[in-house]
Amino acid sequence: MEQLVYKKPDSIKEDFKISFCPGCDHGVAVKLVAEVLDELGVREKTIGIASVGCSVFSYDFFNLDIVEAQHGRSMAVATGVKRSKPDKVVFTYQGDGDLASIGIAETIHAMARGEKITAICINNTTYGMTGGQAGPTTLIGQVTTTTTKGRCAELSGFPLKISELLKEIDGTAYVARVTLDNPKAIMNAKKCIKKAFEAQIKGLGTGFVEILATCPTNWKMTPQQAHERVRGEMSEVFVPGVYKDKVSEAL
Amino acid sequence: MKKEKELLKGNYAIAQAAVEAGCQSYFGYPITPQSEIGEYMSTIMPEKGRAYVAAESEVAAISMVLGAGSTGVKAMTSSSSCAVALMQEGLSFIAGDEIPCVLVSVMRAGPGLGYIYASQGDYYQTTKGGGNGDYKIVTYAPSSVQECIDLTYKCFHVSQKYRTPVCLLADGMLGQMMEPAVVGEYPYEEIDQSSWALDGAKDREPRFIASIERDQETLRKRVVKIFEKYKKILDNENVFEKYEIEGAKLVITAFGSIARIAKAAVKKARKNGLKVGLFRPVMLNPFPEKIVAEIAQKVDGILDIELNCGQMLQDIKASIAGAANIPVEFFGRPAGVMMTVEEIYKQIENVYRKMEEKQYGTACI
Amino acid sequence: MGRIVLNRDKCKACYLCVDVCPNKVLQADETVNNIGYYPVKTDNSKTCIGCAMCARVCPDMAIEKVYR
Repeated sequence: MEQLVYKKPDSIKEDFKISFCPGCDHGVAVKLVAEVLDELGVREKTIGIASVGCSVFSYDFFNLDIVEAQHGRSMAVATGVKRSKPDKVVFTYQGDGDLASIGIAETIHAMARGEKITAICINNTTYGMTGGQAGPTTLIGQVTTTTTKGRCAELSGFPLKISELLKEIDGTAYVARVTLDNPKAIMNAKKCIKKAFEAQIKGLGTGFVEILATCPTNWKMTPQQAHERVRGEMSEVFVPGVYKDKVSEAL
Repeated sequence: MKKEKELLKGNYAIAQAAVEAGCQSYFGYPITPQSEIGEYMSTIMPEKGRAYVAAESEVAAISMVLGAGSTGVKAMTSSSSCAVALMQEGLSFIAGDEIPCVLVSVMRAGPGLGYIYASQGDYYQTTKGGGNGDYKIVTYAPSSVQECIDLTYKCFHVSQKYRTPVCLLADGMLGQMMEPAVVGEYPYEEIDQSSWALDGAKDREPRFIASIERDQETLRKRVVKIFEKYKKILDNENVFEKYEIEGAKLVITAFGSIARIAKAAVKKARKNGLKVGLFRPVMLNPFPEKIVAEIAQKVDGILDIELNCGQMLQDIKASIAGAANIPVEFFGRPAGVMMTVEEIYKQIENVYRKMEEKQYGTACI
Repeated sequence: MGRIVLNRDKCKACYLCVDVCPNKVLQADETVNNIGYYPVKTDNSKTCIGCAMCARVCPDMAIEKVYR
C-alpha cells in the first residue's frame, strides 16, 4: 500500500500561481511558511502581511487572509493587526530592501516593542522586482544595475548584516539565518521558520528568519550557479546560523 | 455616562469622543498642538483593554492604522501638519484598500515646522491630498469643542459605513481651547464589518486587502467605484451651516475656528443693516459645490475668509464657475495670527461698499 | 518504490529537482509546456524511491504529490 509522503500544503491555494522567475528561492520559502502554518494548525487564524517587492503577489498562492503593506511598512502594519487582534497569528513576508532599507525603522521598533509577530526576510542582495539594483545587502564587488563596476565601499558603503543587528534587540525571541540551496538546508530552514512562529505563539517576542535566497534572473546565473553563490560568497559575509533562540530556552 | 456639560479642552474632547465611539486601536507620535490626544489615549486605552502604541514615526503610525483597520476595528491616529505630511503614503493606500479609519489633524501654522499657532494652512493637504493617485480624504472641520465631539462620532460612523479614511480637521486654537461641552453617547448604530475584514480564513475563502491590481479594467473599475462612494457620502453625509443667507447680498464663506469669528462679524453687520450671511461648510471634502453654486446665484458677492493665503477659496471659485458671475473677494491671514471680529467686520464693510459701488479689489492678506 | 505527481504546466524548467534526484528519475522533456518551458518528465526506466527531495526543492510546487 503506497503512502502519501508529500503534498502541497493547505496554506497554499488549490489554484495557486507562482509568479516568481524560474529557479527563484522565493517559491521554496513561501512553501516552507505554508508547511509550518499547516503543521502548527494555525492557518485559519493567520493574517499575513504582503510587502512591496516580488513578495507582493502573496495572494496568488497563500491560502490565507492577507493585507498589503506600503513599501517598508510591513512590520508596522503587522503591529496594527496584532494589537487589534492579539489572538491571531501575524507574519510578514518581506524582501531585504523592504525590511532592511526603506523599512529598517519599522523593523527595529516593532522588534524593540517585542511585537508578537513573525518576520520572514528574503535576502537576495538585490532589488529583484525593479530589475536588480544595489540594495542594503549587496556584497562588496557585486555588479548590479546601479553598481556597474561592482559595489565599492567608498562610494556606497557596506552590506547590512541584518540578523547580527536584530539579535541585539531585546524584543526579538528568535533570530536565525538560513539558506535553501539543498534539501538538508531546506529542512533546517523549515525548522527555523517554525521556531520563529513559536516565538510569537508562545508570546516570547518577535520571531525572525533571514533567508539567503537566489535571484537567478538579476544575478544573471543559472539556478544552480546561484545556489553556488549562496554557498560561497554570500554565506561568507552573511554567516548562516541561529543567532538567538529564546524558544528553546523557554522549553 | 457623562451627560453634564463640563469645561473641556478640544484635544481631550476629541480623545474622549473617540473612546466613547468605540475606537479599538490608537496609534500616534507626539506633535503639538495635539499631543494631549495621544497622552490621554496612552492611559485610557490599555485600561479598557484596547490597543495603544506609541509609534516610532507618523509613517509607522498610519501603517499601524492600516493594519488595524484591515481587521475591521475602529482605528485612529492623530497628528498635525508636517507630521500629517508623513502619513500621506499610508492614507493613499488606506483609501485604495477601502479600509475605514479616522485621522485627527490639528493644524499648525506652516510651511515646514512653522509653529503651533492656529492656522488653516492644511486645507490643501487634507482635501487635495499629498498621496498618490485618485482618492479623497473625507473631511469634517469643527468650529467648537462640542463639534469636535460630535464630528469625531461622525468621522467614525462615515469611515465605517463607507470603508474610507475620514479626517477631523481642527486647528491649534480648537485643540487647545477650553469651553463647555458634553461627551454624549455615540449616536450611531454599529456597522458590521465581518463581510470583508480579516480575521483568518476559517470556513471561507481567504481575503486579500490591497491597492495593487494587475488587470487594467479591474483597476479602473475599482477607482470608479471609490469615486461613486464619495458621491454618496456627499449626498448622505454632508454637514454645513447657513446663517442669515436669506435675503443676503454678500455671503461670507469660512470654515473651522475662523468661521465662528466670522459669524460674530456677520451678526454685527446685520445689526448695522448690512445684508450679509454666512455659509460654513463643515464637510470640506467632498466639497459641497452645488450648495455654494445655489447660494452664489442669489447673492451679489462672496467674501471668503480663511486663516491661510486662500485655499478653500479655490473650491469656492470652482463651485460658482458657470453658475453665477459674481465677484469672490478674499480676506486671509496665514501663519497663525487670529483675526478679531472687528477686523473681519471692517473687511465685510469694505467689500460690501465696493460691491454696492461695483468696484472690486484683489485678494487681501 | 515511489511515485510523484507532476504538474508539467507549473514547471519553469529550473531543473533543481533533476540535480537532487538520487536515481536520476527526472529529466528535461523535449516538448514545451503551456507556459513555454521545457518541463521535467519522469523516466520510467529508473526507480523512484519516494524520497520527496524533488518536491522539497521545487520552487514552483510543480511536484504536487509524492507517494512511497
